[in-house]
Amino acid sequence: MNLYYYASPATFYPLAGKLIPWFAGLAVVLGAIGLYISFFIAPTDFQQGEGYRIIFIHVPAAWMSMFIYLVMAFWSAIGLAFNTRLSFLIARALAPTGAMFTFIALWTGAFWGKPMWGTWWVWDARLTSELILLFLYVGYMALQAAIDAPRRADRAGALLNLVGVINIPIIYFSVKWWNTLHQGSSVSLTGAPSMAMIMLWGMLVMALAAWMYTIAVSLARSRILILERERQTEWARAQLEGQA
Amino acid sequence: MLRFLITVVRRDVLLAVRRRGDWLTAQFFFVMVVSMFPLGVGPEPSMLRVIGPGVVWVSALLACLLSLGRLYADDFRDGSLEQMLLSPYPNSLLALGKALAHWIINGIPLLLIAPVLGIQFGLPAEALLILVLSLAIGTPILSLLGGIGAALTLGLRGGGVLITLLILPLYVPVLIFGAGAVEGAMSGTGSEAHLSLLGAFLVMSLLIAPWISSLALKVSVE
Repeated sequence: MNLYYYASPATFYPLAGKLIPWFAGLAVVLGAIGLYISFFIAPTDFQQGEGYRIIFIHVPAAWMSMFIYLVMAFWSAIGLAFNTRLSFLIARALAPTGAMFTFIALWTGAFWGKPMWGTWWVWDARLTSELILLFLYVGYMALQAAIDAPRRADRAGALLNLVGVINIPIIYFSVKWWNTLHQGSSVSLTGAPSMAMIMLWGMLVMALAAWMYTIAVSLARSRILILERERQTEWARAQLEGQA
Repeated sequence: MLRFLITVVRRDVLLAVRRRGDWLTAQFFFVMVVSMFPLGVGPEPSMLRVIGPGVVWVSALLACLLSLGRLYADDFRDGSLEQMLLSPYPNSLLALGKALAHWIINGIPLLLIAPVLGIQFGLPAEALLILVLSLAIGTPILSLLGGIGAALTLGLRGGGVLITLLILPLYVPVLIFGAGAVEGAMSGTGSEAHLSLLGAFLVMSLLIAPWISSLALKVSVE
């Protein structure tokens, strides 16, 4: 089987349609298992009490927020290099989910920070760079929304995406040095006590669930984007009439 | 090649000199934004000295963004940008020339005004020197990176606000190292580390930004 066969929107559309229920189902099952582990099996933490359970949402969301941006950049680069329309659409379909996970990571982080550190927000290197990541997502989506011509929107977004990726390490280290040059950080996120195995499992299952959710949602979103772009073609018309 | 670069820079500077009103707006914007801060936070000299470097730097970022919207827009509107892109020289050279001209027109005046504003905030003499030095290294980066944003948002509705959303996150390292250098000079921890990092960032943007701007111009104009 030739994988490139599915690089065309017309062939990718039905494939995505077939895959979505699988990934969505896996997301629900894994999410249920993950939540069960995190709420009922994982023991209460010795230091942080029940409040630590937010980690099962927070850490997977933070992982996804960074990873989705990289995946988007990968598809943007592929699209610019090989001129494949579908790659741009995938990158575009991923962006809102990435922004959502960034927001969830910041939000749950604030909820976690309040009982543990006694403050909603500190200008810690990680928090600040996550906030800037959210700005990068917003900028990407705003640029896409402002351009009407699809070809230009794809390419301009891809370029911005790639500039952001080059800049992310620089931003991260500058924020880190900015913080550490002044004073030692009063809270450390890295120096966590060795985690119980079951907690780690809960986190991994939740991360997998987030993965599956991301794939399912972005496939569904890319299907809509494809239909919107290809509305002048015969197969897309047939699809739309079938749905109506 | 060098001739082409000089021509591009000379043309933009000449245009700016002939239309002085446009050009002065960004400089006065800079002065006004800086002057708003003491009114907002109160005239405590000790507090002003602490926030001074950051305020001057943030205002410089904003003033730069304000003038960036026009970097390619005027040439795009009258069609001369397309002619320039058709020239036999690499388009990245055009982008470099445009960024350079933007720095000469908008960056250098900021360097001259900044010490005066620094005095208003009660910065000591050596900090003023570092402030000018950090702005001298940092403002070219603002023009170079901003060129990417200006090229991407060329001719879009609401381009002015959009460019802010796109470019401000990318300015974060410049702001941190620029303001950090001045604070380092004031607190006695030294400013060499910050200035060196700023210099490294300048070299990197000199290499990459014109190239990406030229790609973005091609996407926007085609």
